[in-house]
Parts: sequence; structure tokens; C-alpha cells
Amino acid sequence: MITHYPVLQVIVPLIGAPLCLLLQVPRVVGLFAVLVSSLAFLVSCGLLQQVMIHGTLVYELGGWAAPWGIEYRIDYLNSYLLLLVSSMSTVVLIAAQSSIRKELPENRHTYFYAAYLLCLTGLLGILATGDAFNVFVFLEISSLSSYTLIALGTDRRALTASYQYLIMGTIGATFIIIGVGLMYMMTGTLNMNDLAERLPEVNHSRTVLSAFGFFIVGVCLKLALFPLHLWLPNAYAFAPSIATAFLAATATKVAVYVLIRYVFTVFGIQYVESVLPLQEIFLVLGLVGIFAASVSAIYQLNIKRLFAYSSVAQIGYMILGLAIGTQLGLAATLLHMFNHALMKGALFLAIGSIVYRINSSQLNHMAGLGRKMPWTMAAIVIGGLSLVGVPLTVGFVSKWYLVLALLEKGWWLVTVLVLISSLLALIYVWRIIEWVYFTPARIHLSEVREAPLSQLVPVWILVIANIYFGIDTSLTVGVSKLAAQSLFGLFGAAP
Amino acid sequence: MNLAPEQMLLSAILIPALAVFGIILTGRWANIRELVSIMAGLILINLVTGLYQIVADGGLIAYQGPELFSGLTIAFAIEPLGMLFALVAGYLWLVTTVYSIGYMRGHKEEKQTRFFACFAVAISSVMGIAFSANLFTLFIFYEILTLSTYPLVTHSGTIKAKLGGRVYLGVLLTTSILFLLLAIIGTWFVTGSLDFRDGGLFDSSTLGAAAVLLPLYIFGIGKAAIMPFHRWLPAAMVAPTPVSALLHAVAVVKAGVFSVLKICVYVFGLDTLRQLPTTDYLLYLAAVTVLLASIVAMRQDNLKARLAYSTVSQLSYITIGALLATSAGVVGGAMHIAMHAFGKITLFFCAGAIMVAAHKTEISQMRGLGRQMPITMIAFFIGSLSIIGLPPTGGTWGKWFLMIGALDAGQGVIMAVLMISSLLNIAYLLPIPIRAFYPNDDVERPTGIKEAPLPSLVALSVTAAGCIVLFFFTGPLYELALAILS
Repeated sequence: MITHYPVLQVIVPLIGAPLCLLLQVPRVVGLFAVLVSSLAFLVSCGLLQQVMIHGTLVYELGGWAAPWGIEYRIDYLNSYLLLLVSSMSTVVLIAAQSSIRKELPENRHTYFYAAYLLCLTGLLGILATGDAFNVFVFLEISSLSSYTLIALGTDRRALTASYQYLIMGTIGATFIIIGVGLMYMMTGTLNMNDLAERLPEVNHSRTVLSAFGFFIVGVCLKLALFPLHLWLPNAYAFAPSIATAFLAATATKVAVYVLIRYVFTVFGIQYVESVLPLQEIFLVLGLVGIFAASVSAIYQLNIKRLFAYSSVAQIGYMILGLAIGTQLGLAATLLHMFNHALMKGALFLAIGSIVYRINSSQLNHMAGLGRKMPWTMAAIVIGGLSLVGVPLTVGFVSKWYLVLALLEKGWWLVTVLVLISSLLALIYVWRIIEWVYFTPARIHLSEVREAPLSQLVPVWILVIANIYFGIDTSLTVGVSKLAAQSLFGLFGAAP
Repeated sequence: MNLAPEQMLLSAILIPALAVFGIILTGRWANIRELVSIMAGLILINLVTGLYQIVADGGLIAYQGPELFSGLTIAFAIEPLGMLFALVAGYLWLVTTVYSIGYMRGHKEEKQTRFFACFAVAISSVMGIAFSANLFTLFIFYEILTLSTYPLVTHSGTIKAKLGGRVYLGVLLTTSILFLLLAIIGTWFVTGSLDFRDGGLFDSSTLGAAAVLLPLYIFGIGKAAIMPFHRWLPAAMVAPTPVSALLHAVAVVKAGVFSVLKICVYVFGLDTLRQLPTTDYLLYLAAVTVLLASIVAMRQDNLKARLAYSTVSQLSYITIGALLATSAGVVGGAMHIAMHAFGKITLFFCAGAIMVAAHKTEISQMRGLGRQMPITMIAFFIGSLSIIGLPPTGGTWGKWFLMIGALDAGQGVIMAVLMISSLLNIAYLLPIPIRAFYPNDDVERPTGIKEAPLPSLVALSVTAAGCIVLFFFTGPLYELALAILS
């Protein structure tokens, strides 16, 4: 059983999705999805444990040996992210039960859960697989299902948002497949480890260079790196709140994972640095992204869009960590991927509760909500403080490591800029607080009550996780460092 | 109580934190809620007194908390300076609680439960700052203190409160995130340690970095209100007066200058500090703050605003004491923490009493008030004397040692600044009680005004008496201050 964990991780939600359609009864489907997702979560716990004990796990799909068959490789990096994605998905699904009942018409519930589980399948698949083409397949599964999830939003603008994302996402996916195709052409293999061995033989060729170029641009579209982020704010703003919470917490992180995996494992950091000034490009795009998106966030009137822009800014931090190009910088990026998922998960779920009660995500409709929904608002305050990076929250841990990595590199100016940018986060978080606590409540709020317990519990699980992992960092920091070490040690040093 | 010293240390931090729950749970019954606050205050006094006795006997008390990441731990240890700060804050919390009961009820303030709860959180974090054994712990509690006092500053919920809160949070968080955090990470990066250590962390090979880090620390500790980062303090005056009294004359601002002193002594070390090229510039900046803030204070007609600028000026005395890098300077700075606390809290208590009883906030309206509110005005007079530094009040000693410190360091300019500032203090403080008792004849004497509610009156009498007592019984404080450097 344990030996099959790598494939179970992906198969469980994959089978769960069509079963949703068979079950049909909305209430049962919701609970079924929670069950499936928690199974995936248990599997990922088991996987992380196995990796901690035995090191990298290799699983040959269908018993076909590696270069021919598809291989799943679980190491520190992806077991850690598998745990993140499956746990976030489960927590979000618990909150989904009541939220979806309110936000979507009944005949769409089944589709929602089916698409959700497919999306989960795709994300877990991208993480688990060690095959370059397989990544593309799962990427498409997750993308297509997330277009569906976004389009399910009740606001009609959700359709255009989804369409916009579809166009951009398809361009990204096409670039990725072109990259993979060119690599296959040069090496005749699709297995990542095999590619890593064979690419150096041909890496002087222009084909490999273009493969790399196509691939990087395609992935950066997917992970919404500034200035390729244009699809993201609308998608997040108009999707059903639950879909936003799920995608914000997981999807972009998985795309960052793909980037890291290809840069470090497949192409190798030596090659990357020799052909492209990737460090400089990432440094500039990361910084500009942080500032441009944070400033945009300050001017948003819709709280979902506000945090969507904030997500773009946070991706900037992750890319900045990569740009540093040291082990510590990579660890900071990995750490922030986990921590940011916790923050945004908590924030978007709490926003889901607000939308559940007041049917709006406009800031000015939230005036005075602090008194009506004290627990939800407290969650937003704590999540926001975590985003700013106040000590004892996960945000502080991320910031600490990023700054430490920057100092180690000797980039003083960038350090100061990073600290200044966290003040921008303070401004947009505080705008919300002032609206919610200091603006007199409107009359139509008199009926509004605190969010139902079924939503408060998941929100607060994440809020407490924000604090817990800000204090006990043995898991997050420990695994991030191990993963960074192995990415540099095993593959970076290879010729 | 038979607690081990470590347990007493932790309890001193936890008791106010636990009181928060008691206050929230009993929020519906105002009398019981206040009883919880007072009980917690009494226990805290008991604890800090017990701790003081151990420390005075030369006992070492330390608690090593959990390690968070990469060697950063939450750790507490008591050294004399922290003990002194904890004593001042612990005693004055109880007095302020008593005062608040009179003030908040007399003023019919809303949301009193939130008020008392946040107050307790603030005191808990002050204890955490006082006892912190490394920069990391200090930073955590420093930020909690900022955040927990924000709801107190914006208590009234008006537009003005909101704007004041923006400045408050904006300046304090900006400086702490931008400079202080950078300085702390920088220190970690350069020296590999964040512990407070006798003689400091830097050696001769890292002096260059220390010279850069010092200004980051001094500006980063916004709570010390050195210009140009002093704006938050006047802005915080929109808070209810007990908040201004305890937090913005004692707890928060003293947490700032306490941190400055502690960092100068235990992170840099006086010997290192003397060698740094940046020390002198910062010293002169502090001197400029002393003078400018005093001059601005003279131009304020609002009593609380005048007191706020006076605080800005007095805080820089303590920063000067630290930056003089002489033992007398540090002793003077430490003593000034205590002396100024008693003097300024008295003045704020009086300002609040006048607001509650006479509904007057402007100094120009307070002429002739001495007849109606004699106790308040006498207390104001005593408090003023202590701030100015005249005998027989405790404020004398702090300034005395600061002057000696300036002489030792050969800083004639600083000497002169301290003297001029004392004259300015006289000019902006003494006219208030004098005009209250001896108004010009043409002023119509106010009628129908009585003294403030009894709890408030008791509180302000106690602190005024404290100013005088501290003149005659300075021994323990002096010994504590002296022990900082041994």
C-alpha cells in the first residue's frame, strides 16, 4: 500500500471527480469531495513521512521502467508542496459546503465539486510527476478545470474573466508544450532526470535555448509574474469565493514549483545562468511586480481584487528569492510559497464568509462590519498582519529569511526596497480595517450576523496555522532548507 | 506566594495577559470587571517587588523559551535596567487603573471593556519588553505594544481618532519595520547573535557595521520619538487621557527610550559606542529634539498637546544619556525614566481631571481654576517641578546625573542644551498652575466646578506624592541604575 502512495496521491481525486457526477445529490457530493480531499491529504502526510525517512521515492507507473514509462518522483520539494496543496484543498472544501449552497444555483453544485476535484488532481499531478510531458498534461487538467471554476461565478463578468484567463493560459500552455517538444527533439526523452543528464550534451544548440525560452515564458504566464499577471485580478475577483480561495492558495504556488523544478532539476542552474541573465530579469520583474501590484492593491475598491493584486505582489517576493540564486534565497522562496498559501487561504476564505453574508465584496459595503462579524473580521486583521509580516505570524518568518538571504548576497538596496514594500501592504490592509471598524455601519447591515460555524472553523484553522507556523517553524523552515539544499547539491553541482 | 524566580518572571508577563480574558468575560458587570483589573494590578506589583528583591540581592533570573527558527529564541532575563522599567510600569499600572475607573465613568466613555482589555495587553507587552533577553524578543513585544495600543488611541472612533491612529501606526510601524527590523537582521548577520550581552556584541572588526546600525536603531525605535519621527506622539493625544497618561507618558514612550538605553549598553556597549563616528551626530540630533520640542510645546494652547511635546523633549534627554556613553549618562538616563514617568503621569492625570470636572482642554481657559480644583492644581505644580528638575522632587536627580554625564563626556554643548531646556520647561509648565491660582483680576472666575471623581483624585495625589518621595528616597533606584554598568 505504502509503495503506491505516489500514484494514489493523484488517482484518488481523479477517480473522485467523475464519481461526483454519479452521486448527483448536491449535499452528498459536497461531503464526498471533502472525503476525497482528506484522503489525498492523508496520503500526502504519509508521503512526506516516507521522504523524511527514506529520501526520494521513485514510482514507476504501470511498472514501466523510467525513460520509457512515466515516473513519479517524490522528494523533499514536492512532498512538502503536496502536503500544502492537499491540506489547503481540504480546509477550503469544508468551508465550501455552505458557501457554495449560497453562491451557486443548485444544478451547478455537482459540476463545481467535479471541477474542483479535477483541478486538485491536476495540481497534485504536476507536483508528483517526474515526466516533462506529464507535467503538461496535468497542467492542462488543472487549467481547464479552473477555467470552469471561474466561469461558474454568478457575476456575468466571470465569463469574460474566465475567457481572458483561458486565452492567456492557453498561450502559456502552448509555450510550455513547444518547450517540451523541442527538448524531446534534441534528447529523445521526456523523463526529467534523463533530460537533466542528456541536455548538457546538446545545450550549446539554439534549439535547447529556444526550448528554455519558450518554457520560462509559458510558466511565468501561469504563475502570473508581472507583467504577465493581467488575467489574475479579474479571475480572482469574479470566481466563486471558494474557487478564489483554493486557486489563490495553491495554483500559483504550483506554477512556481514548475519553474523551480525546470530551472534547477531539468536545465540546471549552471546552464540557466550561462545563457540568460535570469537573475537580473527576475530581480527587476520581481521588484517592479511587488511595487506595481502593491500600489494597485491600495487603489482597489473590491476586496477580492485588492487581495488578488496583493497575490501578484507576493509572487514577486517568491521570484525575488529565486533571483538571489543562493540556497538561502531558494529556501526563502519555498518558505514563502507555504506561508503565503496560509495567508491567502485564510483571507480569501474569510472574504467568502463576508460575501456569504452581505452578497458583495465592495469595500464600501463593508463599512461597520467589524461589529457585526467580529470573528471573521478578526481573521482578516490577523491574516492582513501576517501579510505585512508582523512577528509571530508566518509572514515574519518569510520576510526574515528573504532579508537574510538578500543581506548574505550583499544587496542592501533591495533589502530596503523589500522592507518598504511591506509598508505598502500595511497601507492596503489598513484601508480595510478603517472601512470595517471606523466607518459607521449602513442601515442594511442590521440583519447581518456572524458567519456560520461551518465557515468560521476552517477560516480559524488557517488563522491559527498562520500563527502556529510563525512560532513553530521546524516543519516549514526545516523542509524548505532540505529541499533547497537538495536542489542545489544534487543538481546544481552537476556539470 | 512561593513561586520560583523564573515563574515569577513569567507570571509578570502572563498575569496582565490573563487579566484580558477575565476583563472580557466579566465585561457585562462593570464593577467586577474593574475588580479584575485591580486584582491583576496588585498581583503584578507583588510580583515585580518580589523580583526586585531577588535582583537587588544579586540574584540572576532568566528563562529560556522555545527556539523559533535559525537560532532565534524567545528568552527573558532580568537585568537592573529592565527591573527598573518594570517596577515603574507595574506600579503605575495600578494607579492608572484606579484613575481610569473615575475618568471613564465620569466621562461616560463607551466600550470600556475593550479599553481595559487592550490596556492589559499593553502592560503585558511592556513587561515582555522590560525582561527581554535578546533583540528578537524585544522586537516581538515592541510590535505587540504598538498594535495593542492602536485601539486605545482610536478609542473614540471619530474621524479625528482615525486620522490620529493613522499617524500613530504609520510612524511606529514604518520606523520599526524599515529601520529597526533591518538593524536587527543586520546585527544578526554581522555578529551572529541577538543576545543582550555586557560589553556589547561588536568587536573591533565590525565597528564599521556598528556605525551604520546605530542610526538605524535610534531611528527605528520610533517610540523614543526622536525628531523627525516624533509626530505620532502628539497624534496619539486623541486617546482618552488615562491612555495618554500611562501609555504615552510612561509605558509606550519609556519602552522606546528603554530600548535605546538597553541597546546602547548591551548591544553596542559603551566602549564601542564612544568609538563610533555616528554617535555624536545622533547626540546632537537628540539635543536639537530637546530644544525644538520644548519650543513647540510653548506654542500649544491645548494642554495635552503641550504635555505631548514636552514628553518628546524629555524622551530625548534619555536618548542623550544613552548616547553620551558615560556611566553617569546611563545612570541619569535610567533614573530619568522613572522620574519623568511619575512627573508626567501626574500632569496627564491633572489634565484628565480638569477635562472631566471642568470640561476644559485649552490652557487659556484654565485661569482661576485653582480655587475650584485646588488638589489637582497643587498636584500639577508638583509634577511640573519634577519635570523641570527642581528640588524637592525626584526629577532633580535624573537631570543631575545627566549633567554630570555630559561633563564627563566633555560635551559642553549638551550641558548648555540641558540648561536651556530646563528654562524652557519653566516657561511652558509653571504658568499653568500659577495662572490657576493667581489669575489676572479681569478674568471671570469659573463657578460650579468641583474636583474630579474620587478615584481620579486619589490617583493623581499618589503620583504627585511619589514625585516628592522619590527625591528623598532615591537609594534603591540609584543602586539599580548603578548596577546596570557593573
